[in-house]
Amino acid sequence: MDWTALWLSLQLGFMTILLLISAALFGARWLAYRQFSGKPLLEALLAVPLVLPPTVVGYYLLVVLGTQSPVGHWIMHWTGQPLVFHFSGLLIASLIVNIPFAVQPMQRAFEAIPQDIRDAAACCGMSSWRALLTVELPLAWPGVLTAMVLSFAHTLGEFGVVLMVGGSLPGETRTIAISIYDRVQALDFDAAGQMSLILLVFSISILALANGLSGHFGRRHRYPEI
Amino acid sequence: MEEGIATLKSDLRLQIQQTSPIPLFADLECAAGHLLALVGPSGSGKSTLLRMIAGLSRPQSGHISCGGQVWFDNNNHMTPQQRRTGYVPQHYGLFPHMSALENAKAGLHHLANSEQLKRAREWLARMHLDGLQQRKPSELSGGQQQRVAVARALAGDPSILLLDEPFSAVDSSTREKLYSELAELKHHLHIPIIMVTHDLNEALLLADRMTLINHGHTLQSGVPRDIMAHPCNEAAAQLVGMRNLFDGEIIEHDAEQSSTRLRFGAHVLDSPYRPELRPGTSVRWVIPDNGVRFRAISRAESVNSRNRLEVMVSRLLTLGDEVRLSMKIDSVSAPLLANIPLRLATELNLAAGQCTSVVLRAEDIHIFASHE
Repeated sequence: MDWTALWLSLQLGFMTILLLISAALFGARWLAYRQFSGKPLLEALLAVPLVLPPTVVGYYLLVVLGTQSPVGHWIMHWTGQPLVFHFSGLLIASLIVNIPFAVQPMQRAFEAIPQDIRDAAACCGMSSWRALLTVELPLAWPGVLTAMVLSFAHTLGEFGVVLMVGGSLPGETRTIAISIYDRVQALDFDAAGQMSLILLVFSISILALANGLSGHFGRRHRYPEI
Repeated sequence: MEEGIATLKSDLRLQIQQTSPIPLFADLECAAGHLLALVGPSGSGKSTLLRMIAGLSRPQSGHISCGGQVWFDNNNHMTPQQRRTGYVPQHYGLFPHMSALENAKAGLHHLANSEQLKRAREWLARMHLDGLQQRKPSELSGGQQQRVAVARALAGDPSILLLDEPFSAVDSSTREKLYSELAELKHHLHIPIIMVTHDLNEALLLADRMTLINHGHTLQSGVPRDIMAHPCNEAAAQLVGMRNLFDGEIIEHDAEQSSTRLRFGAHVLDSPYRPELRPGTSVRWVIPDNGVRFRAISRAESVNSRNRLEVMVSRLLTLGDEVRLSMKIDSVSAPLLANIPLRLATELNLAAGQCTSVVLRAEDIHIFASHE
């Protein structure tokens, strides 16, 4: 059982949520309320990680962030360390591949808030901030929760991108998914089985919890029938 | 609280010109203490106008002012937060996660908490919502939800009250009750009230003035009864439900009788005196349903026999206690339509293919400006 790998995966998951959710929240709200000509293209771009093979995303990240590229070179120059095969590179990759998992549920949740409610909030004199905090977030909360859970669970299970960008450096880039693969390669099926079971139970629990909370908020905040 | 509103004297003036996203050419006014009904079919732009008054939608160009304060012109666009209108959206826009009380105080965040509670409670009580303060919108009936929305809109001392189809989402018995409540509330509010509706009866019941709007153009403004009797053009006549629109020609004017004679097919009709229309002018004219009298009921009235027409019933449809008639007039292609009580139809033995005579009341005939 590779506890270091599990701990690394959890760290990566929590940091992804922490950094991604707030930015994705504003992006999702903006996309939900605005209509503009390039919107379908922008939405398609944000959804690309959903349909592209993880190895393709990983390849491009390797090309862009690698020390041979201007971006990678510049980062290497300023921070003294490369992004690839390093936890920070893994985090950037995780942030990028999780954009659709974070944006889409929240965008749908904001879109579901009726225009009448947003209009009423504005006419009540609420600023955009106050409307977000007191009206929109309580109503869009199930969507925010879903985004957090999906991003976290997806980070834990991500394999292809992690392998391409991070490789398998113990304590640095070897996540639990990579570790399971390594154990299988080494024919250590006991360890692979243990870790797989932990991941399975963990994933089921977190999804059940999210569904439960989501349903709870949904019942509390249902829109009135008129 | 009431005095607070009473001191806020303000008239609304609006002029809008825009070609896109939807064409709107509107001109309207509403005095403080008056209720203006914006009447038009769905898609005519009336709700968009209301949103523009609230500041929720920005017109291409024009001018909106309220109480002498410019809310919108070519250099200035005040946000909804700055305008502080009392806006009640069509589906009320209640915050579903908040109780009735929290909803009512949602617009009072600039006040101290105790003052917020006091005002919200006062308004809920005034809207007959005692005992329902802790209920969520989903636990309230349609009528109660509307009252909460009005309480929320008025608790913030708005400079104008905007109601978007306020009675469209409630059943008919609740609607009747809400009509009386709004009429009563109106007496105590000294701010302009603008109500969007597609229902003429609502406008007649509640409005001091009415503006007709169709395809984004305001057609006519005035006292509802005047507009119903004298629509300014064919579009306005159709909007107020007039179906009997005909061609005619001015024959002569009789100043002594204060009457204008009108050729209608092979017939001659007396109509209200309109000396500005030259004899020989082709005109379009209209008569409301209640201006079409059947012989049995008009016999007792002193009716100008010249306006009596022989008609043939071409179609007859009984709907409950009412009979809808379509009648053919000799030498006229357009049918004459009328709804009469079933009792009268039975009394007159009306049936399809049967002839009868009707009288078109001269004072109800309304001639539009010359037909081009």
